[in-house]
Amino acid sequence: MSGGVDSAVAAARAHDAGHDVTGVHLALARNPQTYRTGARGCCTLEDSRDARRAADVIGIPFYVWDMADQFHESVVDNFVAEYAAGRTPNPCLRCNEKIKFAAVLDRAVALGFDAVVTGHHARLGADGLLRRSVDDGKDQSYVLAVLTRAQLDRAVFPLGDSTKAQVRAEAAERGLAVADKPDSHDICFIADGDTRGFLERRLGTAPGDIVDSRTGETIGTHNGAFSYTVGQRKGLDLRVPAADGRPRYVLSITPKTNTVTVGPREALAVDVVTATRVIWHGEPTPVECDVQLRAHGEVVRAEVTVEGDTLTARLHEPARGVAAGQAIVAYRRDPGGDAVLGSATITAGVPVSSGPAEPAVAHA
Amino acid sequence: MLAEALDAYTTAARDVGNPSSLHAAGRCARRLVEESRERIAAALNARPSEVVFTSGGTESDNLATKGIFWAQRSASLNRTRVIASAVEHHAVLDAVDWLGTHEGATVDILPVDETGAVDPDALADRLDRYRDEIAVVSVQWANNEVGTIQPIHELARLTAEAGVPFHTDAVQAVGQIPVDFAASGAAAMTLTGHKLGGPVGVGALLLGRDVPCTPLLHGGGQERDVRSGTLDTAGIAAFAVAVEMSVKSQQDYAARVSALRDDLITRVRQVVPDAVYNGATADRLPGNAHFSFPGCEGDALLLLLDAAGVACSTGSACSAGVAQPSHVLIAMGADDDRARSSLRFTLGHTSTIEEVDQLLAALPGTVERARRATAWKTPR
Repeated sequence: MSGGVDSAVAAARAHDAGHDVTGVHLALARNPQTYRTGARGCCTLEDSRDARRAADVIGIPFYVWDMADQFHESVVDNFVAEYAAGRTPNPCLRCNEKIKFAAVLDRAVALGFDAVVTGHHARLGADGLLRRSVDDGKDQSYVLAVLTRAQLDRAVFPLGDSTKAQVRAEAAERGLAVADKPDSHDICFIADGDTRGFLERRLGTAPGDIVDSRTGETIGTHNGAFSYTVGQRKGLDLRVPAADGRPRYVLSITPKTNTVTVGPREALAVDVVTATRVIWHGEPTPVECDVQLRAHGEVVRAEVTVEGDTLTARLHEPARGVAAGQAIVAYRRDPGGDAVLGSATITAGVPVSSGPAEPAVAHA
Repeated sequence: MLAEALDAYTTAARDVGNPSSLHAAGRCARRLVEESRERIAAALNARPSEVVFTSGGTESDNLATKGIFWAQRSASLNRTRVIASAVEHHAVLDAVDWLGTHEGATVDILPVDETGAVDPDALADRLDRYRDEIAVVSVQWANNEVGTIQPIHELARLTAEAGVPFHTDAVQAVGQIPVDFAASGAAAMTLTGHKLGGPVGVGALLLGRDVPCTPLLHGGGQERDVRSGTLDTAGIAAFAVAVEMSVKSQQDYAARVSALRDDLITRVRQVVPDAVYNGATADRLPGNAHFSFPGCEGDALLLLLDAAGVACSTGSACSAGVAQPSHVLIAMGADDDRARSSLRFTLGHTSTIEEVDQLLAALPGTVERARRATAWKTPR
């Protein structure tokens, strides 16, 4: 129970369904003051108090579990290491994989609990398939698709059939004070929302060149290639305008030479994506499906093939801003909520114009 | 709250009257306060004028440590050293720490042995070396976590001989073991209502008549000009009843509860042979049992026992509710893991053998389960 409205309603529904529910709030900051303060998020004193009050109203026991060390190691350090390697991590996905449905789940099961209930917006039906929430805008199946069969078997998502508005209305009816608490959007361990500043504090500054992909010319400098994400346009601070006067985007990041390569929007387009660390739920491949390449990103039709620990997606239309380190999630269209076939971590995207040999996305 | 204390409270709470008012209702309230003061003084062998009513243990500890420090330093600018034991309650430790960071005090922490006891020689050595620099010495009468009783008479005597005021936090001791303020030789002593069957929010500092103490709270000067604030007549009346009753019944209570506690200890050792017994064997509060359960986390044990209807304690939690490794166990030489694997079982007036049975029935399965529950710490 983060102290937000979703987990409060999820706990209340599980309790109503007759389960013996215990509320757990995760203390993830080694020093609560160092993480985000204010009403939003998952790591503050106020949030722990809100979670406790929700548990009181529901009428369930409540405890705070200290997972700060594990969170730091598995999520925060990994976040920094991934950026240092030129990739773009998704810490919420990582937290689900390593904390909520690993450390918390393992501890809970050992203590005699059967499952972990969360307020994620996703459906997990009797068929065991993870599906998108009925609320498209709030769907979180993308950051849950990393869960293995064993993890999903111990997961309960009571909110998947409700929209966020319905959840808020229900919270108000139940007398939960968090009914109108604002949503959290930022990364909970970056207090001020300044990811670049956070990375610079952790990794130090490392000035390097920003290079034009067409001319090979150095057209700017940066304070650390790790601060950039493929597809990024803002914050490049280029003093030399492009010949055609059009905006330039980050095409690739090369940690070895500390180089950020930029180019026109077209050059971002990729039509083949390769990925590793595959979680696949058994559908035979190649398979025609939708793939989603970043959180809240658009979906693209593709033919997906899984061979060993490699997933290859041949996109039927090009995608842009495909960053190594992000997840590719494969969905089968379904009127009852698109179902997750599997997921993997993107290693490379192959530009439309080039042959298969030249990845546009750096990988280490 | 003891029924008699609650009766005293509700009776007094019905009447209006500020004990500082001069009219009849005020005089009536005043009489109740003064009678209560006399009852507390008599129960603890202090003079009535030595009883300074406060809002409880935390205020009394702060008043004693800071107030005596300020007064001593005013009298002699050299007196800036404050000595406290490593196992003090945070109400003393944090107050002393504050004196260090904000008032230029030199904070000198007395170590304890593996049972949590202060070595009088260690104090004597400091008194010898720093005699003219010490403003105040504060050592608790008994520890709130592991129940160890300090050699308080000896510590107080050594300190008095050096001409230094000695404060003792006796919150855990009054009603549990014999406490005689005059005989102890202490200059100041903290006690509080809710630890002995009285209400929360009322306590006292017994402060020797000749011990200068600068107030923390300024205002009407109601309590000897050392403490200001309108007196809580009903709370004080109930507090006095509780002090009197708990002191009167102390011997019988201690005999009954320590027998129950010893039974609990014997049986815990039988069912969990590798449980580590923490604290002293003989000089120990009658209702206190404290163990470390190797391979377990205290908060997992607490969760499981709580679900089985047994309320126990892991020590302290931070304001967010995260269990912290106990500074008391760390001071006794425990490592972080042992400190985190610890549980305190406290017995009191209402404890029964059936409750001990209930704990012992739940404990083996709880420990086994909690041991399995530590695997999550290994990242996968």
